[in-house]
Amino acid sequence: MKGLLLFFEVVKGLLITGRHLVVNLFRHTLHYLFRLKWVRKGSVTLLYPEERPSLSQRHRSRHRMMFREDGKPRCVACMLCPTICPSDCLFVEAEDVEGDRYAVRFQVDLSLCCFCGFCVEVCPEDAIRMDTGKLDFVALNREGLLFDLLENKEEKGLNR
Amino acid sequence: MNLFLATLFKLIILFGWLMLFSLYATWAERKESAVIQDRHGANRAKVLGISSFGIFQPFADAIKMLFKEDYIPPFVNKPLFLLAPSLSFFFSAVVIVAIPFGPDLTLRGRSFPLGIVSGDFTLPLIFALLSMGVYGFLLGGLSSRNKYAAIGGMRSAAQILSYEVAMILALLGLVALYSSMDLRVIVARQQGLLWGFLPRWGIFLQPLGFLLFLIAAVAMTKRVPFDMPEGESEIVGFFLEYSGLRFGLFMLTDFVETIVVSLLTTVLFLGGWHLPGLISASGFSGVLFPWGGKVILSPLTVQILQILVFQAKTVLVFIFLLLVRWTFPRYRFDQVMDLGWKSLLPLGLINLTATLILLRVVR
Repeated sequence: MKGLLLFFEVVKGLLITGRHLVVNLFRHTLHYLFRLKWVRKGSVTLLYPEERPSLSQRHRSRHRMMFREDGKPRCVACMLCPTICPSDCLFVEAEDVEGDRYAVRFQVDLSLCCFCGFCVEVCPEDAIRMDTGKLDFVALNREGLLFDLLENKEEKGLNR
Repeated sequence: MNLFLATLFKLIILFGWLMLFSLYATWAERKESAVIQDRHGANRAKVLGISSFGIFQPFADAIKMLFKEDYIPPFVNKPLFLLAPSLSFFFSAVVIVAIPFGPDLTLRGRSFPLGIVSGDFTLPLIFALLSMGVYGFLLGGLSSRNKYAAIGGMRSAAQILSYEVAMILALLGLVALYSSMDLRVIVARQQGLLWGFLPRWGIFLQPLGFLLFLIAAVAMTKRVPFDMPEGESEIVGFFLEYSGLRFGLFMLTDFVETIVVSLLTTVLFLGGWHLPGLISASGFSGVLFPWGGKVILSPLTVQILQILVFQAKTVLVFIFLLLVRWTFPRYRFDQVMDLGWKSLLPLGLINLTATLILLRVVR
């Protein structure tokens, strides 16, 4: 009797996995082979490097520097961010130009950064933001993860 | 000489087919498990930028296997250690010579039988060869001079021996029903309809026998619900000391055995190459629809269609076996032995007795 009940459960299990197989195969075929994008995907996973996960608006990712309209960084090198940084991963160097103070070097050691966002919170000039959506940084050595925010001006367009 | 050449030709075709099937079996397993689990599965192997659902994956895997280090531990019994993988692979692969892959082809008035050997001995031959395969696993386990591998080998021997009994008992009812041990005759007797609508297939005439055979056959392949010899979490398996291509051969053996089981299921229980309505008799050859329509085809076309039907059935059974493998958790060793000796064996005896009594009553 127990064996018979077990057998029915076995059949039930086969029906569940079989349903997944048939339904997902159907959806994969329509979605990828016939390019019917309105059909739900047959998978819950993403094809990662091509498909990116949609991040929340508040998600903290790699830092970026905000720039003024004349192209100079907003950072005035007040040193509040290296002070509050719990991971000690920010390195700022300043220079005085015609009575104004600018950062000339603003490095983040991404191998140390814990993405707490304190530097963003503490900045009086709104010079750093963590909204690039970039999470996959790769380097062959530790120095490769030293990231200078001032050298990557191509992200200026992201100013919102 | 002519016969020799024909046999050699058929052998090459058959083993090429088997190798291709077992290569793509690995791909099918990865893909099917992925689809069952709402994933994508292997799709990164690209040739000229085309991945097309990863169909080049088996070749990438094969190349990877070839370039792996073939390490032979210093403490093993070397001759037996080297012999074991090829032994297990040989005995599971050579079974397909006894399988009839289709009806006799008629070319220019001469008939060419598919399948290499045929005769009354084919069913016993298959079981003899399948149980010889146990030597490969046992030797692989024992020659490794590793206790985990030895346990794995002993377990695989115990499991194969006990399920062999259940499997043969499950088939005896079928043998009594079709009163032959020749696979070709068994397939031929599954032609036609029962009471006008049911195909005269083994699965309908011997439902209990089919179930018992399927369970025992899954256990014979040593894959997951019955993966006693491997037991990924506890006893690493009889191939513990193997690496590279030799390990790959053991892995391929599992797939070849699964293919053999799907072939056997197709031949014995799913009517082989017969499909209701697809007829090649002396008077009429073509497709006969149940609503009365018919399409007349040449005998050779029908025979080729029947070969395709056979292949399709085999692939479907294979997909079902993969479904079984990816659905169930594994049994414990004592549960496996209980199932084999305390459930399948008595049920097989009941099935055989009932079949014999029914046959006596009917005839």
